[in-house]
Amino acid sequence: MELILSAGIGALAASGVYLLLRPRTYQVIIGLSLLSYAVNLFIFSMGRLRVNAPPVLDPGGAGDLWRYTDPVPQALVLTAIVIGFAMTALFLVVLLASRGFTGTDHVDGREPPRGD
Amino acid sequence: MLSVFIVAPFGGSLIAIFFPSDQRGATAWFAGAIALVCFLLTAGLYPFVATGGVLRFELDWVPELGLNFTLRLDGFAWLFSALITAIGFLVVLYARYYMADEDPVPRFFALFLAFMGSMLGVVLSGNLILLAVFWELTSIVSFLLIGYWHHNAHARDGARIALTMTGMGGLAMLVGLLLIGRAVGSYDLDAVLASGDAIRSDPLYNVILVLVLLGALTKSAQFPFHFWLPHAMAAPTPVSAYLHSATMVKAGVFLLARLWPVMAGTEAWFWIVGLAGLTTLLLGAYFAIFQQDLKGLLAYSTISHLGLITVLLSLGSPLAAVAAVFHIVNHATFKASLFMAAGIIDHETGTRDMRRLSGLFRYMPITATLAMVASAAMAGVPLLNGFLSKEMFFAEAIETHLVNALDTTTPYVATIASMFAVTYSLRFIHSVFYGPLPFDLPKKPHEPPRWMRAPVDFLVLACLVVGIIPAQTIGPFLHTAVVSILREDTPSYSLAVWHGLNIPLIMSFVALSGGIGLYFLMRSYLATGIEGPPVFRLLQGQRIFERVLVTLSWKWARSLEQSLGTRRLQPQMRLLIFLALAAGALPLAVGGYQLPPLLIRGIDPAFALLWGTGIACAVGSALLAKFHRLASLVLLGGAGLVTCLTFVWLSAPDLAVTQLLVEIVTTVLILLGLRWLPKRIEEPETADIPLKIRFRRLRDFLLATLAGGGVALVAYTVMTRPLVPETIASYFLAQAYHEGGGTNVVNVILVDFRGFDTLGEIAVLCIVALTVFALLLRFRPHPDSLETPEQQRVQNAYDDDHPERAEGDSVAEYLHIPSVIMRWMFPVTGMLAAYLFLRGHDLPGGGFAAGIAMSIGFILQYMSGGTRWVEERLRIHPLRWMSIGLLIALATGVGSWLFGYPFLTSRAEYASLPIIGKVPLASAILFDLGVFSLVLGATVLMLIALAHQSVRRAARAHMRAARPEREAAQ
Repeated sequence: MELILSAGIGALAASGVYLLLRPRTYQVIIGLSLLSYAVNLFIFSMGRLRVNAPPVLDPGGAGDLWRYTDPVPQALVLTAIVIGFAMTALFLVVLLASRGFTGTDHVDGREPPRGD
Repeated sequence: MLSVFIVAPFGGSLIAIFFPSDQRGATAWFAGAIALVCFLLTAGLYPFVATGGVLRFELDWVPELGLNFTLRLDGFAWLFSALITAIGFLVVLYARYYMADEDPVPRFFALFLAFMGSMLGVVLSGNLILLAVFWELTSIVSFLLIGYWHHNAHARDGARIALTMTGMGGLAMLVGLLLIGRAVGSYDLDAVLASGDAIRSDPLYNVILVLVLLGALTKSAQFPFHFWLPHAMAAPTPVSAYLHSATMVKAGVFLLARLWPVMAGTEAWFWIVGLAGLTTLLLGAYFAIFQQDLKGLLAYSTISHLGLITVLLSLGSPLAAVAAVFHIVNHATFKASLFMAAGIIDHETGTRDMRRLSGLFRYMPITATLAMVASAAMAGVPLLNGFLSKEMFFAEAIETHLVNALDTTTPYVATIASMFAVTYSLRFIHSVFYGPLPFDLPKKPHEPPRWMRAPVDFLVLACLVVGIIPAQTIGPFLHTAVVSILREDTPSYSLAVWHGLNIPLIMSFVALSGGIGLYFLMRSYLATGIEGPPVFRLLQGQRIFERVLVTLSWKWARSLEQSLGTRRLQPQMRLLIFLALAAGALPLAVGGYQLPPLLIRGIDPAFALLWGTGIACAVGSALLAKFHRLASLVLLGGAGLVTCLTFVWLSAPDLAVTQLLVEIVTTVLILLGLRWLPKRIEEPETADIPLKIRFRRLRDFLLATLAGGGVALVAYTVMTRPLVPETIASYFLAQAYHEGGGTNVVNVILVDFRGFDTLGEIAVLCIVALTVFALLLRFRPHPDSLETPEQQRVQNAYDDDHPERAEGDSVAEYLHIPSVIMRWMFPVTGMLAAYLFLRGHDLPGGGFAAGIAMSIGFILQYMSGGTRWVEERLRIHPLRWMSIGLLIALATGVGSWLFGYPFLTSRAEYASLPIIGKVPLASAILFDLGVFSLVLGATVLMLIALAHQSVRRAARAHMRAARPEREAAQ
């Protein structure tokens, strides 16, 4: 379980980082999205992997970490997902505006002397 | 009480700046009144200080760092305050007449008052850091004052040089003071003054010494930092008079004297301070002889006299310290009056060039007499104050303090420098007031206005009185100041005019006669009118300074930028990722990382298959992102869905819901953006890809693999470690129901425990949405993307070919059945959103999820019906949703104030509603409503703004101005 998930996180992160280093803005935006999946899963996994653990308390009760899932990474990731969306949106618009201004979708705003 | 000394000048400065610029008199009276009040206050405090009392004023600033706003008035500080305020008042009076009508006088007086305040701050500071702050303030304000006539290039240069030199010195001094604070354990001046042994025996004593001396010597214009002072004479003369007498350059010797008890007496102090002082004393006096500008002569003379004071302080003997303090006062009086006299000459004749001035005694006899007395004091003529302190200096110079070459040469250097002083003083008087009558002067010279001369009268009178009856006039004040520095070491000294025939008197006589002789010997050379001393004039401090600056700030910076900097993003990203990797690996390497045992157990084949797909999606998306954007986006969605399923699998339903919804919105968003990107057709990969590109890809691949592998490794290591039962999570789990009134702990954390964080999050979301909106308002697509998309062109061509079809039919009929379903889905989506929202506190759901779900409902309508169709039927006001959301969230937070609780305290109840049943009614749910509304508004705003771009283009193309641009805002 742990092995598979960490391999998955690694693959997501590696693909994301590789794309971050590419010259086209669209590649970078896809890379950022992949990287944010990896980071979200990474943070989430810090609460350990629990299959079939209840995430919601019984009414009137108090929970502990042996019986319930760890809510803190979940709360962190939940906001991270929403903020990640906002970031993607902002970046997409900057990308479009930059393409409109400069006529190229290269990250430097101009084509390199020789094609990459 | 002491705070008045700071508040009055700075407050006055703020007020003075608002005086109308034609009110010269009023502004001057105002500034003068403030200076006078400060002086009278100083005078009133004398009885307290005279008994050895120390007045303190303390205000907590950052007490945790030992940083307090402490003011402290002892005898020495009192003497300086009296000088600063008294001469300050006289200079204001003088400036009232000196400044021309066209000068912006309020700015002058405002800066002047600020300068006086900063200087008072330096002398009154009871805390080392505070002292450094005021010290820098004097540098900055003097920069503004020197550059007051900023239309004049000399003024700008002079100001810049002064600021660079004193600023650099101040920076070094700050570090030195911080080190002193570290050695002593406190920044409080009393504590520092009480722990001289701790400082002198500190292993860093030499470093401290050099740093502090850098500050003091640059400020006091000591060799080799002296050259800023002559350039500072581009300031208005009242400023020069003030800078050279009671302030600025005196701040340096003030600091030396202040720290004298704790730092002096060592060999290093003796050598550094003594060598700098002696060199300055001699060179300053020598250079002064050869100046052609009146103010230049006086400036070099100031440098020389400060060198004298520095030498006295270097000796480490208490008697020398007495002489130093005495000379500080004497120099202030005669130098202020001389600068004012020079200013009067400049003002009434229009020039300061000694080659053009002569025979002025005929026109301004009173001023001439005053100037003569003052320069006689400067030269050290008996019966004047300068003579007394110079005698004390000679007496100390003869004494043996440490047996070395420097100590042996001191008396000879002192005599020669005094000889030069006589020569330049004589030159000042003789060439300006005697000789033939001047001819081509810019103005007809005459005596100045009565009150312009009054300050000079007063100061010259002081020189005379102190020179004749020192013990009865300056004596007690000097004693108070000296006692406060030296305490029990105070030596017995006498301020008599006549000490009998002794060696100092003979030295004085030699200097006087030698100086007079030298002047007459050099007259023919000086008459040639060459500016600057022989040999040395080739070696200009300013030239060297400029060259150093250019090398440092231009040449080196540029070559550094060229070799290390780049404007390209990719190398920067590479560097960033590399650094992040290194930063991540370093603690593991240092802390001794051990690979956890490989756990093969418990592998679920379905989970493995799931992640097999996920990894394939991720890699595929990365490979296709360049040439097949849509496919890449689809695969990205696949990776997102795998993430979402993982959340479900691993007991995180809240995350799964949110991830799923956000996934949808993100995909729609990027789909909307794809249209505006340039077309890129994949070329068949030829075998001859340049080696450089191959290498670059390989390097990036390695970097990416390292990053991914590292993340995987760390994740695996943490995941396989045993659970820690007691974390902050335990608190949230235990208290969520009792205090938060909800069973969904994640939601309770978001809207209750960490509600303030969430408020920040939604504010960020709000800002992003507005930024996106604003960017799109000004969006100008590239001409390539302007035409109608290919698909629509094909559809339109089909309509044209078939006569029974009108143009646009195909577009309208496209996906007709799905769009009908989508239209019908709207109420269902709304219902789902309401459901998600209401159950949020107790079950997975909540404001975030509900908001996004609702926005998907709106987007579906846009997709099915098209922008125009939706907006004819439904007005969505995303901006209102957003602002209402933010206001609700804020109001919930503020609401708890009404009940006397801190911001965002929540209260939980359950309410029974008919049909729906028991509903949690925590006040947090109101907050969640705000979150819902804001997320909805922000998402819809971003998506619609992007979707509108196509419509705007079409509208532009067809009918300009038919639709107001405002529609984009809806």
